[in-house]
Amino acid sequence: MDTKTDGRRWHDMGGQDAGPICDDQHDFSLWEKRVDALMVLCSGKGYFTVDGLRRVLEDMGEEAFETMSYYERWIASINQNLVESGAYTTEELAAQMAEVKARGATYGDASLGK
Amino acid sequence: MPHDHHDHLSPSGHPYRADDDTPLSYWQTMEIAVRELLVEKDITTAEEINAQIDAMDARSPAIGAAVVARAWCDPEFKIRLLADASAASREMGFDIGPMHLIALENTADTHNIVVCTLCSCYPRNLLGLPPDWYKSRAYRSRTVKEPRKVLSEFGVTLPDRMRIRVHDSTADMRYVVIPMRPKGTEDLSQDALAALVTRDSMIGTGIATAPTA
Repeated sequence: MDTKTDGRRWHDMGGQDAGPICDDQHDFSLWEKRVDALMVLCSGKGYFTVDGLRRVLEDMGEEAFETMSYYERWIASINQNLVESGAYTTEELAAQMAEVKARGATYGDASLGK
Repeated sequence: MPHDHHDHLSPSGHPYRADDDTPLSYWQTMEIAVRELLVEKDITTAEEINAQIDAMDARSPAIGAAVVARAWCDPEFKIRLLADASAASREMGFDIGPMHLIALENTADTHNIVVCTLCSCYPRNLLGLPPDWYKSRAYRSRTVKEPRKVLSEFGVTLPDRMRIRVHDSTADMRYVVIPMRPKGTEDLSQDALAALVTRDSMIGTGIATAPTA
């Protein structure tokens, strides 16, 4: 069956053919835990809902699902939702990201060792 | 060039954790920037973020196991759990959050298994964060179509006569399986029973562990 033409979007995977289940597990790193915490806190404060998180994840498309890690997709979606709800502007984000990047070459340096 | 950890010491002189010991990525940069903007604008604080991480780290399948073990020991509690799993879990003092939680009881005739075909919805307040395989294309795609084959890949082979019910989660509705109580556990305490309840047995990709003699 050509699953691309059955009226479903890419994320609606139930029933499709796929390979064996891989049980590799990774420990969540600090930056991933922080992304998770930002989702819980910002949704709890009413900046967006879990449906808003999912909308952006789904609109990012299948290529993002295949090429980005889980929390990479989450921070992209959280950011989009926060911009839409007016928490900050894209200009403010760009300026802050430039400042962060200038601090150093590793996560530890860029997050000021925290 | 050989990988030299001495090039990657933090300002405190310790090496970064291996999984953080990579060049700063675009998405990590975004996480730091978003977090700092939220703190700068008084939407949250560093302390609140740390507290949320600690709260999430503290959640593990042990919470779900305590609920299951009580359901095994306390028939009245099991009735309440099956009627409203959110309320019954809160009764034990667990923070279930806004999600609607549904408990599914395995019986001699029926085995329940949980999936989220659309995304990665999971009873995280009861079991902690989901395992990577739960979020994978393979598990999401195949569980609703060939649950017996999926179960066999987890080492679970069920008799053909046993019905398998597959439950597809949504963002607002999460499931937890109450596995069958293993035989020969009549004399065990509730705490000892909880130790037999594995994460996978509460997702439905496993069964509760047999007691050691």
